[in-house]
Amino acid sequence: MAEVVFDQASRIYTPGAKPAVDKLDLTVTDGELVVLVGPSGSGKSTALRMLAGLEPIDAGSVRIDGRDVVNVPSKDRDIAMVFQNYALYPAKTVRDNMAFPLKMRGMDKAEQAKRVADAAELLGLTEYLDRKPKALSGGQRQRVAMGRAIVREPRVFLMDEPLSNLDAKMRVQTRSQIAQLQNRLAVSTVYVTHDQVEAMTMGDRVAVLRDGQLQQYATPSELYDRPVNAFVAGFIGSPAMNLLDLPRSGDGVLLGGVEIPLSREIRDAVGSAQTVTVGVRPEDVAVDSEGSGAGIKAVVDVVEELGSESYLYAHLIDSDGRDDEATTLVVRGPGRTTVRYGETIAVRVDAGAVHAFDPSSGLRVA
Amino acid sequence: MAATIEDTATTTSTAARAEGPRRRSGIGPLLLTTLTWIVAVGFFFPVLWMVLTAFKTEAAAYTDPPTLVFTPTLEQFRAVFDAGIGPYLANSLFATVVSTLLVLVLATPAAFAVSLRPVEKTQDVLFFFISTKMLPVVAAIVPIYVVVNEIGALDNIWTLIVLYTAMNLPIAVWMMRSFFLEVPKELLEAASIDGASLGRTLREVVLPIISPGIFATALICVIFAWNEFFFAVNLTAANAGTVPVFLVGFISSEGLYWARLSAAATLAALPVVLAGWFAQNKLVQGLSFGAVK
Repeated sequence: MAEVVFDQASRIYTPGAKPAVDKLDLTVTDGELVVLVGPSGSGKSTALRMLAGLEPIDAGSVRIDGRDVVNVPSKDRDIAMVFQNYALYPAKTVRDNMAFPLKMRGMDKAEQAKRVADAAELLGLTEYLDRKPKALSGGQRQRVAMGRAIVREPRVFLMDEPLSNLDAKMRVQTRSQIAQLQNRLAVSTVYVTHDQVEAMTMGDRVAVLRDGQLQQYATPSELYDRPVNAFVAGFIGSPAMNLLDLPRSGDGVLLGGVEIPLSREIRDAVGSAQTVTVGVRPEDVAVDSEGSGAGIKAVVDVVEELGSESYLYAHLIDSDGRDDEATTLVVRGPGRTTVRYGETIAVRVDAGAVHAFDPSSGLRVA
Repeated sequence: MAATIEDTATTTSTAARAEGPRRRSGIGPLLLTTLTWIVAVGFFFPVLWMVLTAFKTEAAAYTDPPTLVFTPTLEQFRAVFDAGIGPYLANSLFATVVSTLLVLVLATPAAFAVSLRPVEKTQDVLFFFISTKMLPVVAAIVPIYVVVNEIGALDNIWTLIVLYTAMNLPIAVWMMRSFFLEVPKELLEAASIDGASLGRTLREVVLPIISPGIFATALICVIFAWNEFFFAVNLTAANAGTVPVFLVGFISSEGLYWARLSAAATLAALPVVLAGWFAQNKLVQGLSFGAVK
């Protein structure tokens, strides 16, 4: 159990080039599960590997329970890591794989056996202890990798996309198992993924990274409700938030010839700017079933039917009645929708749920 | 959406590929199969004939037309041993085994370094290794002879061991490098986080994975060392001579005795063939390492 602190930690592969991780400031409190999420090349894995001691820390520091680990080798950091491809030792049995870190620390045989047995019990691996990794399914291998991490009773768990080699169903199942297990063991955990759904469902807090820089570090609900910039707004949530650069008009902005009012708070923050990047989540855009003619008109390009709900991908029709292919909108519709491809629908934007960002900096305006 | 379209495309092309061989029928494949057999038998027949002749009496070996039916005899093998092949066999065995062990001991850490811990000049080093194989041995024999002569190491088995080790080392490093490259980097990282030392990681994690590769490399070294002739014939005489040297001497002294010569040649070929036979499984496993993982 421990507190992990990244303090201006940087990783610079080539001097002069852009750092892979750029002055990262992040605190993981005791027992917390923190997810690092971002697209490929965002530096999330590099940050984890810096904590693991697999990448050097070129500037700043990383501390585990107040102890600066910059010059401490991996094995002395009291951490355990779960790798994307599990990295199980192929020539060893499940038992020996799990006991390996204990054996390396010279723990006595009886204690080793007990810990391995306990972890195997916890993970449902008892009957597989004498098998080689080759004879296990993907899910079982994943659990062995978890087991090898657990037996050490480390201060910190590090997980590098541990679910990405599993099939979709297994991934969802294992996702909740890991979250449960982490909760129960209450070991501080840093979890890396590129999957924002994983991040949202598992993280106590989520750090969104892009190009080596921390964008936002907050709870899942705060990330969702108050993204600090257009990147986070577009990255968190599925399907992604609609982000449109819209011209000002009166007390609002103009979309498809219809004025969407902006709150006083946003208007004050925007000032005299002529365009605003407006973000609206698909669930805050509704299909206007009345079709009163006053709504925003759009032509449906794709219908994604999910059963309980549906998503309509549409492009707008501008105020002159012409197709505006460049302006697209994702709209959440009811399940078993009757709307079909090519149909023209009228949509309504929930003005209270509008996010506004500065078009040039991308930062949230209010 | 996109995924569905892709999936369909993959399925279609797989189906097309699967139908391919079935549609091809007629004379073509039969002709190719026949040709393959002709070539294979063409290669194998002389060897077979040599082995058969080794079991004949000299009289039977000279019949014209040659006979396939005869009473086998070990007489010729006895004659070869009487002619003194024994020490030569021992020399060959000693040079082969010791040089192969030396190669493995030296090549394993070298291959580990160039594959898993590469540095800036690793590519150059690798090129240097292989470049030592570019100079024809004939071109190097004069300086080698002079050096060996100067240090008084002519007709000494250890001279051959050193040369065979040097000769096989570059190939071994290159071969083993390709096996080491197949070891996932994460395994080494996991081992280092688990607290294993480098030696421990090599012994307990890496070696079990690449053991088929080491086996394959060892076999190649054994074959090359056992069959080596040029160094042996130029640098050895009565004391340190190896089997190929004996065989050549035998051709000139007993060249008229076909059966006896065949027996000697069979004896020379036997150890390597046996080693290959026993190593077959391991070797295939080693050479198709990537597919096994």
